[in-house]
Amino acid sequence: MLKKGSQIVCESLLREGCDVVFGIPGGAILPLYQALPEYPELRHILTRHEQGASLAADGYARVTGRPGVAFATSGPGATNLVTGIASAQMDSVPLVIVTGQVNSWTIGSDAFQETDITGITLPVTKHNLLVMDASEISSAIKEAFYIANSGRPGPVLVDIPRNIFVQEVEYEEPGELNLPGYNPNLAGHSGQIKKAADLIKKSEKPVIIAGHGVIISKAYDELKELAEKAQIPVITTLLGISCFPEDHVLWSGWPGMHGMAHSSLAIEEADLIIALGMRFDDRITGNPSKFATNSKKIHVDVDPSEIGKNISVDVPIVGDVKEVLGRLNPQVVSGTHTDWLKRIEALKEDHPSLDIPETSKLLARQVIKDLSDETRGNATIVTGVGQHQMWAAQHYRFKNPSTFLTSGGSGTMGYEVPAAMGAQVGNPESTVWSIAGDGGFQMTLCELATIAENRLPIKFAILNNNFLGMVRQWQEIFFDGSYVSTSYTGNPDFVRLAESYGIKGIRVTDKSQVKSAIAEAMEHDGPVVVDFIVEQEENVYPMIPSGMTVYDMIEEPVSEKVTT
Amino acid sequence: MNSSEKHTITALVEDRAGVLNRISSMFRRRGYNISSLAVGKSETEGLSRMTFVVDGDTKTVEMVVKNLHKLIEVIKVSDISEENSVSRELALIRVKCDVTTRSEIMQIVDIFRAKIVDVSQDTLIVEVTGNEDKVNSLVDLLDTFGVFEVMRTGTVAMSRGVAFEKDKSTGPRILENAS
Repeated sequence: MLKKGSQIVCESLLREGCDVVFGIPGGAILPLYQALPEYPELRHILTRHEQGASLAADGYARVTGRPGVAFATSGPGATNLVTGIASAQMDSVPLVIVTGQVNSWTIGSDAFQETDITGITLPVTKHNLLVMDASEISSAIKEAFYIANSGRPGPVLVDIPRNIFVQEVEYEEPGELNLPGYNPNLAGHSGQIKKAADLIKKSEKPVIIAGHGVIISKAYDELKELAEKAQIPVITTLLGISCFPEDHVLWSGWPGMHGMAHSSLAIEEADLIIALGMRFDDRITGNPSKFATNSKKIHVDVDPSEIGKNISVDVPIVGDVKEVLGRLNPQVVSGTHTDWLKRIEALKEDHPSLDIPETSKLLARQVIKDLSDETRGNATIVTGVGQHQMWAAQHYRFKNPSTFLTSGGSGTMGYEVPAAMGAQVGNPESTVWSIAGDGGFQMTLCELATIAENRLPIKFAILNNNFLGMVRQWQEIFFDGSYVSTSYTGNPDFVRLAESYGIKGIRVTDKSQVKSAIAEAMEHDGPVVVDFIVEQEENVYPMIPSGMTVYDMIEEPVSEKVTT
Repeated sequence: MNSSEKHTITALVEDRAGVLNRISSMFRRRGYNISSLAVGKSETEGLSRMTFVVDGDTKTVEMVVKNLHKLIEVIKVSDISEENSVSRELALIRVKCDVTTRSEIMQIVDIFRAKIVDVSQDTLIVEVTGNEDKVNSLVDLLDTFGVFEVMRTGTVAMSRGVAFEKDKSTGPRILENAS
């Protein structure tokens, strides 16, 4: 049967289980958009900026475990996607991006709205393709979904020239994929798994560091089984947060630059690190040559190029965390590690990272603590990047897997608005709270229109300190308080701004109003923006300055500007 | 083992538009140093072979191999620097030459089992094949006469029989109409 390229794109997306696309039309991709009414099962969400489309697809992918899909036109439409694509690449999030390209015969002639998007996205995608014949579309889309969501997930971009969307070809179902150079190793090497079991048996002070890989492979039960069987404390990475219930006795926080002191210290004191689906990022290791020098290391990761990259490893295991733990756990001997667990408990008592000072002032930390209490740790939390992100990770107590969405590797400010949108679309029943900074929120707030249009009941908590807070904190500590270009004096009235979109706005200026505002937002059947006017110069502690070690940690404010 | 040294890596890759760009982009992005790169068709249609000579310590080379593997179009990667291997490159060298120096140059060319492939009034083109050191030595010697241009292909390399036998996955290609 003869079909147009545009129809083949839609049918291929549906065959891969795609139900939602985020995007914006434009000249080169218009023929694809004009086919959408024929496929009502394919819901299209019109974002207000292409960056919103790629970041919304990211949020959608993280809550569903399925690739998020975004469309954009050629040239500026495609380049606007790039920040979201790069974010997804850094955080191993599966995306399938379809971009329109100029007509195939004009490629290379600097035609109107032409950019070499496969060239531009080459270093920030897992793979990309330029399709030059409609007969190749169905296999290209199949390949894109397979590559995006297998092995270590990542974004795949498929660029299709305008004339290929209108080209009619005999439609055929795609055959078996022929990818001789792509064979993710999932099982893990039996000999290495046995060595890991032996190391665990011998260890007196083991810790697990659980990363995003645990969430991606849904290895929650296996992680819990390992931890409980051998009584091993579980530390997560920032992106691993929520992979292990935070009300569990073995949960031991998260480490690194702004992580909890006892978590970082436990890693230093441990004699064995079991690293699961994580990559020893510099925010965790600080100076890698001085990181955790007292321990042996087992590193399980599906991406072999992460093993030995930053830290040398004693037992490398290339494989999917769920599969590897499924085979490791039966070989692990039950243990108690009573003394070690007591030691960590003592570290926690001696280094109370999470105490909030008694004050009448409205502290951002207090807002998150109250939000955690009011939602009983059951909300899906989406954050931007900066102080509010660190406080959210520190003070929200997550109970359910995959409920903390944050841009970890790339540190993409503005993630909080579109990713919350994707999370709400992907999981309509969930309570989504977007914790935002006044800086990042303004980078993507145009998506409030999309949220209003689609009646997505997202609740925004803007922790408004009229500053690029984290940058200001660095200026305070490392640049003698010289606040260059970090003060936001021109902020809009966020309540009236929300109202102009038909979104409910609430302002909180006093500590006593926090809980009632959260309750009011939750009761409202629709999106809400709560503008929390918080202390301007509150800092995030602990803090390990970049490239330093755990023993250089600043635990207490040197000169605290927030006093009672 | 941690000192910087030259390593030879070969890769079997899909022969498609953009593959070389993808590979060189990976080297650039990760800050790996390629001292030479040679590409050509392989024995299988649709597949090319590349030889990289990479500067770096053992750990760097291990990361290069892993990151090459990670590219979808790269099918097989071998680090053959530790193996018993044959490596060759071809160079064309344009040398200044007149009647007084011509015979001396020809003697040197003979010793190196190189060839003179072009002669003009004032210059000669010398063609030489050999490993990198041999080519370097010839260029150095010819420098005393004046070298105008050097054109080098970059090293191509192959493991010797013993190493190959250990790791053989396919039989040889035999053309059906070959006698």
